[in-house]
Amino acid sequence: MASAQGQFLAFDEFGRPFIVIREQEKRARVKGLEAQRANINAARAVSNLLRTSLGPKGMDKILVSQDGDVTITNDGATIMEKMDVKHQVAKLLVELSQSQDNEIGDGTTGVVILAGALLESALNLLDKGLHPLRVCDGFERACAIAVKHLEATSQELDVFANNNELLKKAAVTCLCSKVVSNRQNELAAIAVEAVLDVADIKRKDVNFEHIKVEGKPGGSLEDTCLIRGIVIDKDMSHPQMAKVVKDAKIAILTCPFEPPKPKTKHKLEISNAEDYRKLYEQEQQYFVKMIEDVKNSGSNIVICQWGFDDEANYLLHANKLPAVRWVGGVEIELIAMATGARIVPRFSELSSEKLGRAACVREIGFGTTDDKMIVIEGCANTSAVTVLVRGGNKMIVDEAKRCLHDALCVVRNLIRDSRIVYGGGCAELMASLEITKVVDMEPSIEQYAMRGFADALEDISNALAENSGLNPIETTTWLKNEMKNDPSKRYGVDCNGVGINDMKELNVYESLQSKVQQLQLATQVVRMILKIDDVFAPSEYS
Amino acid sequence: MSGAYQGKLDAAGNVNPQILSEEAEDSRGEMARMSSFVGAIAVADLVKTTLGPKGMDKILKSADPNEQKITVTNDGATILKSLYVDNPAAKILIDISKTQDDEVGDGTTTVAVFAGELLREAEQLILQKIHPQIIIQGWRLAVAEARKTLLSLAWDNNADDEAFRKDLENVVGTTLSSKLLVQEKEHFIALAVDSVLRLKGSDDLKLIQVIKKAGGNLKDSFLADGFVLEKKISNGSVRLMQNPNIMVANTSMDYDKIKIFGSKVKVDSIEKVAEIEAAEREKMRRKVDKILSYGPNVFINRQLIYDYPESLMVEKGVMVIEHADFDGVERLSAVLGAEILSTFDNPDSSKLGSCGTIEEIIIGEDKAISFKNCQEGRASTIVLRGASSHLLDEAERSLHDALCVLIQTIKNKRVIFGGGHSEMAMSNATDALAKTIPGKKSLAIEAFGRALRKLPTIIADNGGFDSSELVSELRAAVNNGSKTAGIDMNKGVLGDMRELGIKECLRVKEQALLSASEAAEMILRVDEIVTCAPRKREGY
Repeated sequence: MASAQGQFLAFDEFGRPFIVIREQEKRARVKGLEAQRANINAARAVSNLLRTSLGPKGMDKILVSQDGDVTITNDGATIMEKMDVKHQVAKLLVELSQSQDNEIGDGTTGVVILAGALLESALNLLDKGLHPLRVCDGFERACAIAVKHLEATSQELDVFANNNELLKKAAVTCLCSKVVSNRQNELAAIAVEAVLDVADIKRKDVNFEHIKVEGKPGGSLEDTCLIRGIVIDKDMSHPQMAKVVKDAKIAILTCPFEPPKPKTKHKLEISNAEDYRKLYEQEQQYFVKMIEDVKNSGSNIVICQWGFDDEANYLLHANKLPAVRWVGGVEIELIAMATGARIVPRFSELSSEKLGRAACVREIGFGTTDDKMIVIEGCANTSAVTVLVRGGNKMIVDEAKRCLHDALCVVRNLIRDSRIVYGGGCAELMASLEITKVVDMEPSIEQYAMRGFADALEDISNALAENSGLNPIETTTWLKNEMKNDPSKRYGVDCNGVGINDMKELNVYESLQSKVQQLQLATQVVRMILKIDDVFAPSEYS
Repeated sequence: MSGAYQGKLDAAGNVNPQILSEEAEDSRGEMARMSSFVGAIAVADLVKTTLGPKGMDKILKSADPNEQKITVTNDGATILKSLYVDNPAAKILIDISKTQDDEVGDGTTTVAVFAGELLREAEQLILQKIHPQIIIQGWRLAVAEARKTLLSLAWDNNADDEAFRKDLENVVGTTLSSKLLVQEKEHFIALAVDSVLRLKGSDDLKLIQVIKKAGGNLKDSFLADGFVLEKKISNGSVRLMQNPNIMVANTSMDYDKIKIFGSKVKVDSIEKVAEIEAAEREKMRRKVDKILSYGPNVFINRQLIYDYPESLMVEKGVMVIEHADFDGVERLSAVLGAEILSTFDNPDSSKLGSCGTIEEIIIGEDKAISFKNCQEGRASTIVLRGASSHLLDEAERSLHDALCVLIQTIKNKRVIFGGGHSEMAMSNATDALAKTIPGKKSLAIEAFGRALRKLPTIIADNGGFDSSELVSELRAAVNNGSKTAGIDMNKGVLGDMRELGIKECLRVKEQALLSASEAAEMILRVDEIVTCAPRKREGY
């Protein structure tokens, strides 16, 4: 570390060293251009990893977790999350894809690739001697131009026209890059139906809490279905209880069907036979009273967060009250919301107006195994829906769940904001062309950075073409040329090899919101990374 | 400069920063694909030799030196389940075979082997520089075509009871012929078909109970009428009863403690102890009285019954059976039409169950209780006998497969010819399809057909026959329009499957086809494997 020491040490006029950083030899430090280069390299490595997952011909990744569990996915956010990234700058990119996932739900791969491309072109500019902040400023200006242009050229769609055809197509575009693509039409229809069921069309809002995606390995993807209600992975507490309750009045309890356990510390001492008998009778009374309370409230099904005593369980059955026990807190709340029930913490507080209502509660079974689930359909208050995903194995089910989530997000975004841009790299290329057009008018040296931004945008269509087995440079050049000659054209990379480049005709589109978000997020992260000029890290040898 | 920041230098001298944690591994492109192919094919090859009527068994031994339990089996799912593998692709194959087991119960080996063969073909195609996505496109076309062919081969004899039974017998015979039970095939065919037909269309396997008793030989296995509970009747009770009223209960009959939290008995003299004791006895006696007021002849409890209540009941001539476990109680209540009671305040005999005869029987050397002519006539019990516990375990697995297949057949009704006929027909169909599709996809479709043909090839190989000769003969026969040609695995020649009675359940075959191609596709789509650093375990 001789050279490193030279960097950090200063000497006073008597030749004694000042200590600038304590235990400096125990830290690794890089600064200046060196730091930026190292950071950019790390970020590029991450984005290169995702590059092959982009587009309908993108490949999957196997991720083996710390405990040896296997995940197969091509969802950018999931890959990044499960990769267990250690490098600090790479972690920024992980967060980048996560924030895209939280905001928009789709385009998580694209945003990382875009950030990688921007960083690469930034590196060239830095090598030319541009100051990092000038580069950032240029990028931001270019980004603003791109966003404005996309907004101007976006198209407003009537998403509900023609039996929601357009929504379905958008969902298909999202699903076609996933492993479930051979069932894309069915799943897209399910996603659209689910979102429309819970959507508040007037306020253009969709509450995702009302859509639950449940997975159960077994069957095949075709068996995936939409259930207009709530599904809980539980069964009836007594094997002989009724399996179907029509016109259900649901009592939701958070107290166990057991003798009460006072929370104060106490001791109950029995000193003679009389007391013993009384106590026994008292205990018997408890159960009878509990059931009576439930019965009197007019309820015909009980959902309880806790367990049942054997005797109470039987009494419930004898009184024709089917019951479900050990239902989790989150599910209880969901059921309460959906059925309009109040969660009741004590038996004495049960009353008929606190009951939830649903058209039907039933228990369903699967395959040759013993698995059962409870389905609550036709809830009174809100139209909560559940998508029950089936698939050949657990990995397929998990991946299908992620895909459906993406598709649901896409549909929601279109309902919120029905402006769209075209996919297949088309939107990026259009933005790139627009930037190139105005960039020469720019008097300052940000001109270079803006040009760099335009170049980076082309990387998306390059990656798409590469993954589809086309010649990337040739394809991108041709597309750019076509669109430059006729600005009304919406050409993109023909990933499926159907011989058509017109994205309008192929119905490949994404919501404007998603694209704008991608551009803005990527630019922000790039700015953040470029602004770092000094990194201290604890050395490995400490 | 040193430390985490430096990373490695690649060949060009560029800094290749280390992004993942130290022990994490990352393999890409060809390397990743190679490792998943190798893993999946290795697993498939492992179970390959168990396929078909002449397949061999495997001994599975636990890795834990303290546990010397061994399993002898040729059930694919069982073998794969017990493997400890590290390769992610191999894990997928194991998973797919497990799901096949859960869904349809049979064809678990076929799934793994077929997926392995598909990947072997894919490896060749990738060497020819065909992109995995194109292979997948081709496969999807091929699967659709194969499925269509498979469905067209199937028939449905449901309308004709006798023919349907014949179908069922043939289907289960085909399943059993690759299992241990083959030596007593006829016996077990009758056993399985009878018990499943007794379900009358229900698919609840719980109603068929399998009891294993070492001793005797496989031939001594029998189908007991009704339900057999592996418990003893308590001392002093009668051993045989006709048309009894049976109460099934789940209540504590030991000392019936008071459940109110924190209660505790504290007395200050011996007399008081006696009083409390008397009160306790009194309480139990009242409980017994209440139970008796229902008028049962037989009392079955899930929990223990102490001597005192037992003697009270026996005095009244009630047969007492204690400690039937959860499953036993649930089955019993289903079979006898009884409710499981936990409180006894509303005497109502309609809650009691009944059956024709209840008696103690002896299987081998153990006593058991048999309930005959039950209300709910659908239940049955198969008692397996055999020389050793390993044999019995394997017999149970085979029987489970057979029962699953039967239930699937009854549900789905449609059957197809076995002996490699359906595979060959599908393979011919995909070959024909390949000729009409332009482009590289057709190579993938052809490969799919080859993988399908591998299944009869492996079965013939396992039987020690000349597979190339047999399979090509079969191919020609099917291509020339034969609807029944297949391989006769006993003689090693081509045979008429209708005459030999080799039939398979359509649903099982279809599910195997779909899940295997789904799994292969999934593995093929991977171009990168990132393995996180293993979690540090404490205590090692």
